[in-house]
Amino acid sequence: MVRFSTNSLWLLLLLATGITYWLGESGQLGHASMVPVFLIFGVSLFKGLGVVLDFMDLRHAPALWRYLLLGWLVFVIGMILLAYWLGLQ
Amino acid sequence: MGKGHGIESPRLAGDLAVWLIILAELLAFGILFLSYAFARTFDVALFNASQSTLDLTFGAINTALLITGSWCVVRAVHAVRQDAPAAGARWLLAALACGSGFVVIKVLEFSDKAQAGIDLSTNTFYMFYILLTGFHFFHVLAAMVFLTILLVKTRAGHYGQHNHHALETGAAFWHMVDLLWIVLFPLIYVMR
Repeated sequence: MVRFSTNSLWLLLLLATGITYWLGESGQLGHASMVPVFLIFGVSLFKGLGVVLDFMDLRHAPALWRYLLLGWLVFVIGMILLAYWLGLQ
Repeated sequence: MGKGHGIESPRLAGDLAVWLIILAELLAFGILFLSYAFARTFDVALFNASQSTLDLTFGAINTALLITGSWCVVRAVHAVRQDAPAAGARWLLAALACGSGFVVIKVLEFSDKAQAGIDLSTNTFYMFYILLTGFHFFHVLAAMVFLTILLVKTRAGHYGQHNHHALETGAAFWHMVDLLWIVLFPLIYVMR
């Protein structure tokens, strides 16, 4: 995965938060569509990757710890998306 | 190529005990997140209507504060690793300021809901909202206590280039609080 400097990552995370906020405020959500929900959790996944790999410094940790935290992130977000899809049925 | 040839061996930053605590916390919050997500499927309209009473701007500002706090903590650890504890202490103070901002906004949010007569028994959405954000709120407070202790000890010159294990331990806990909010914010405040 691409590695950003600490300062660049911080700015990207703020930008990502702005995107989530804009999606929430713009009325894109709440129309029984998976697309905006995929987008907000895609952004969330990107932010989580940045925090886990670089802020927590797990990029340089034993692989087991990296996989445990990234696995948690991917599993939780995946299940949230599944639950949202079930709510649309 | 082994050690001493430019490739560092893998290293977990911070104490193993805090990482085990982090795993336990992620598991607990993970169960709560999924409980919310699946409970929502039974009454989407109620969850959407209740969620519309939340202040998305407050949620987004709090996200920015936690992310900025995490960045400050990273900079503090880097400064101390480079034997610059005075700069490290300033970054820790900045992180605490971000945490304080988060706490003030959450208190405003909670008091607003309390004044509107909203509590755990109002409906399923608010039960999850209060439980999840309240549980997270106490973790922010705990992380701030750790950071305050680390700040005092950093200022006193306890940490430096060869002694920053405790600082990395506290930093890991702070980042976990940030990671949890990164999932909590879109789940509770945005997804509808």
